[in-house]
Amino acid sequence: MAPRIDVTDLDLYYGSFLAVQGVTLSIEPRSITALIGPSGCGKSTFLRALNRLHEVVPGARVEGKVVLEGSSGQVVDLYGSDVDPVDVRRRIGMVFQRPNPFPTMSVYDNVAAGLRLNGARMNRSALDDLVERSLRAANLWTEVKDRLDRPGGGLSGGQQQRLCIARAIAVEPEVLLMDEPCSALDPISTLAIEDLMTELKEHFTIVIVTHNMQQAARVSESTGFFNLAGPGRPGHLVEINPTGKIFSNPDNRATEDYVSGRFG
Amino acid sequence: MSTAIRPAPVIDIPTGTRQLPTRRRLRRSSTAGLYLAGLLAGGALAALSGSGIVLAAGYGAVLGTVAVYVVSRSVEGRRTATDRLVTCVVVAAFGIAMVPLVWLLWTVVSKGARRLDGTFFDSSMLGIVGPGGGGYHAVLGTVVITALAAVISVPIGLLTAIYLVEYGTGRLKAAITFLVDTMTGIPSIVAGLFAYALFAVFFGPGVRLGVAGAVALSVLMIPVVVRSAEEVLKLVPAELREASYALGVPKWRTIVKVVVPTSIAGLGTAVMLALARVVGETAPLLVTVGITNGTNLNPFDGRMATLPVFAYYQLTQPGFPPGFAIDRAWTAALVLIALVMALDLAARLIGRCFAPSTRR
Ligand SMILES: Nc1ncnc2c1ncn2[C@@H]1O[C@H](COP(=O)(O)OP(=O)(O)OP(=O)(O)O)[C@@H](O)[C@H]1O
Ligand SMILES: [Mg+2]
Repeated sequence: MAPRIDVTDLDLYYGSFLAVQGVTLSIEPRSITALIGPSGCGKSTFLRALNRLHEVVPGARVEGKVVLEGSSGQVVDLYGSDVDPVDVRRRIGMVFQRPNPFPTMSVYDNVAAGLRLNGARMNRSALDDLVERSLRAANLWTEVKDRLDRPGGGLSGGQQQRLCIARAIAVEPEVLLMDEPCSALDPISTLAIEDLMTELKEHFTIVIVTHNMQQAARVSESTGFFNLAGPGRPGHLVEINPTGKIFSNPDNRATEDYVSGRFG
Repeated sequence: MSTAIRPAPVIDIPTGTRQLPTRRRLRRSSTAGLYLAGLLAGGALAALSGSGIVLAAGYGAVLGTVAVYVVSRSVEGRRTATDRLVTCVVVAAFGIAMVPLVWLLWTVVSKGARRLDGTFFDSSMLGIVGPGGGGYHAVLGTVVITALAAVISVPIGLLTAIYLVEYGTGRLKAAITFLVDTMTGIPSIVAGLFAYALFAVFFGPGVRLGVAGAVALSVLMIPVVVRSAEEVLKLVPAELREASYALGVPKWRTIVKVVVPTSIAGLGTAVMLALARVVGETAPLLVTVGITNGTNLNPFDGRMATLPVFAYYQLTQPGFPPGFAIDRAWTAALVLIALVMALDLAARLIGRCFAPSTRR
């Protein structure tokens, strides 16, 4: 079920501002790909282009190709004219940089939101099961099992982020995009999320943006390094290689400087 | 901002001098007393020179302010004195702003209370000459016509606001925004004449219908609903919409199930305030609905009575002796104000009850 993602010559604009330029890379199925790079180099922007969320920003534009290649060999050009962005987003889930639970919904409803909002009918016990499974996977179950009917906005920041992770995996997407999912979490929850990712990659394709080099080194199979030449210049992919190589002897000098903490 | 939280630099000050200079402060009661004394002196001055109450208050406020400033300056220094001066001016401005409001409320309550009895609320003006009679038909007429106006303008207004915030781009959005802004400024009599002309096309000249009044009120109400609903919808963070999109939820479902529920409290408030804005309109109802003495609750069948128009006719055509009708007019005005207050209160309640809670 896990698809492979091929990106070719991707340019991403906000209005007339070119934020990311000329990205070409492949994301392997059933693996974790980490994206690292300095703040503002366009990691989030690139990630949002993968599930066609970039285009919902007014004025934002995409040029280039993103192709999803399923395990059975069927190929979908995500930006093809006959492709509905809604279908793309059903197959590619996302966890955002900032936690964004639905404030009007309870903890339970937040996890069930992917099904409920899409109008899916499901009997109560199956839904209960799904909610519990998703919350357990996100390492949140024990903290919220007694207040499933309380508003999701009443949780702590880190709990909200785990709630969002539970919400994203509840709809069982084929690809999971995670934008700094652990930046608001304590080390224990971070480990739990990393374990979860390792589990999920058996079936899913995972792309994670992180500022935490150890995390990238711990969990990912390959790592891509984004950089930007200067303020106001577009971000670009410097290199993408197996994680071991990136952290020991990368092809590019800039990568080596960045991962070893020498930059500027 | 950052300077406010920066810790004070550590400077080596010899112990003993390390304390704030003590300042003499006037007590609260003494500044208030000074101001009051100034007020009284001003009043006395006005009485001596034989001028009216307005001048007396003016003299008093000036004298009181000067007294507080001078004393404070000599005791507390310049900075505190300036603070007290500004406080005096602000309080005086507040007092001036409250005068018309309190005066109006007092007048309406004192004159309207005379006929605020059971009869007013359970009898119409059918066959009434002189004493008795009431505004039963007008109260119900106002409720029916305002409700009908809400039925027309709430869907149109909310959908327009949703279009402007969620879908609108470029020229069309700019054009609609411009039109709505223009509509906000339409004089109410023009709205009335428009509705009258519209219904005259179908029913001939001289037509008087409750629904025509509702249409006229809608013309006034729609722009208010659109503008305030637009502001409320804009407050819904883009992140929530994106969270929903990322779950593969189509845009229309996102709007119906995420955006609108998140802002439902604000939308309810917007509708209530728009209703409060039109419930007391007189001119458009005068030309579209007219007035009757009996109770007519069918907006599709002839003239109806409404509170503002009822008050208008009781006041301008009181008959003889005029006292009874004029009393009824004041009571109608009082009921109308109560209605507006009730709507405002409802708006607040809606805002409070439906706001997304974050209780743990
Ligand atoms: N909605 C937007 N409108 C206009 N420009 C934007 C928008 N979002 C991001 N940008 C710009 O695009 C560039 C890339 O931003 P992006 O958020 O992708 O960076 P990032 O690599 O995720 O940074 P961080 O590590 O801080 O999250 C930045 O220059 C940013 O200012
Ligand atoms: Mg980012």
